[in-house]
Amino acid sequence: MERIPIVTMGESLFVTIQVDIDDRLATMLQDDLMERIVATGARGVLIDISTMDMVDSFLGRMFAGIASMSRILDAEVVVIGMRPVVAITLVELGLSLPGVRTALNVGRGMALLNSALTPVVVEGEPADGDDASD
Amino acid sequence: MARPPAKAGEDSGADDAPAAPPPGARGRSLLASLLSERREQVLDAWVRAQDRKLESRAGRTSEANVRAECTALLDALELAVAGDYSTDVKSVEYADVTQLVNAMSKDRARQGYSPTETAIAVFSLKDALLGVLEEACADRPELLVTEIKSMNALVDDLGLQTFEAYVAGREEVIVSQQQSMLALSTPVVKLWDGIVALPLIGTLDSERTQTVMENLLVAIVDTESQVAIIDITGVVTVDTSVAQNLLKTVAATRLMGADCIISGIRPQIAQTMVFLGVELGDVVTKATLADAFRVALRMVGANLATASPRP
Repeated sequence: MERIPIVTMGESLFVTIQVDIDDRLATMLQDDLMERIVATGARGVLIDISTMDMVDSFLGRMFAGIASMSRILDAEVVVIGMRPVVAITLVELGLSLPGVRTALNVGRGMALLNSALTPVVVEGEPADGDDASD
Repeated sequence: MARPPAKAGEDSGADDAPAAPPPGARGRSLLASLLSERREQVLDAWVRAQDRKLESRAGRTSEANVRAECTALLDALELAVAGDYSTDVKSVEYADVTQLVNAMSKDRARQGYSPTETAIAVFSLKDALLGVLEEACADRPELLVTEIKSMNALVDDLGLQTFEAYVAGREEVIVSQQQSMLALSTPVVKLWDGIVALPLIGTLDSERTQTVMENLLVAIVDTESQVAIIDITGVVTVDTSVAQNLLKTVAATRLMGADCIISGIRPQIAQTMVFLGVELGDVVTKATLADAFRVALRMVGANLATASPRP
């Protein structure tokens, strides 16, 4: 059965969606991702969608869902490389993916995760409740 | 005029050749023979009638031009009405005539003629033809009536054709202007490595928002920009729908992974927005483009150092 691979990169998980994703595959990805976050204790998730031409309302909601679930598991989600057409479609659908971080490319996404995860005080950036002792 | 023309509607497909043979050759309509025999007379009367009615506008198109147009039209018309002609200008025989009329009307629409002026060009033909018809049928009033009826219907149809072509010409002008405006008014400028700005001018309806959004997003991808500044100094009014469209653009920019700053909000606009209850949410807004640029530079990690200390 086809599955979307999830790669571990240091403290983060990396997912590249390179196939036509249907609802079943999307739900499976969500399940797998949550299990992997718990199993590896990952702090960040990078989802690369730069090859996707189309994101429908179901997928849009799913990304938002993954972001919320991951945050409960203390992992930040960054969606990478959304195409202009996809962005416009999502906005027209009224889905602005609140709570999902976005980045232009993988490099930026990594930088974003690093700055979000390392407890460095950045100007104008409130520490996002990271002060819990662990 | 002997009698007012009867209703123009009743003549569709009517054969206007009466039982008595027309004065021209058999099988050749009276109108056609008049058009060829008395061409100069008709032409003169037509051009003069146009001149008279448009005297205030004289000089826009030279008389030679008008004459050339009219001659071409009369030539085509003569061919079209050669036999038993129908008065339906949509039929095949009139293809040349309608083409000429269309060209003339569109031309005039582009030159800024008013609809009346354009229509007069065709309707003056009625006066000119009336004159020659009256002379030719002076002794046969019943023939005159039928001829006038069909001529009247014909010229009226041509007049309608003129008007349609005129409006179509105007539409073309409007559409091409709209397109050039759309293209002109949405430039995306790169301010710094990783910073693009989009100065908006005019109104922001949903169609323009679409263009603006597309241009901005594509520019963000091309320049790999982190920050986009939308400057609305040139936007005349910001109402709820404009704000909605702005927010859409900001949301799309965020989805792409860039931050968006809105700048150039004039005091009046700020007041209007608050009165209207427009919420820009957590979008960063700045009064001037300079302020926005300063913030943007900080976001991309560049620092501005002033040579002399600020007061």
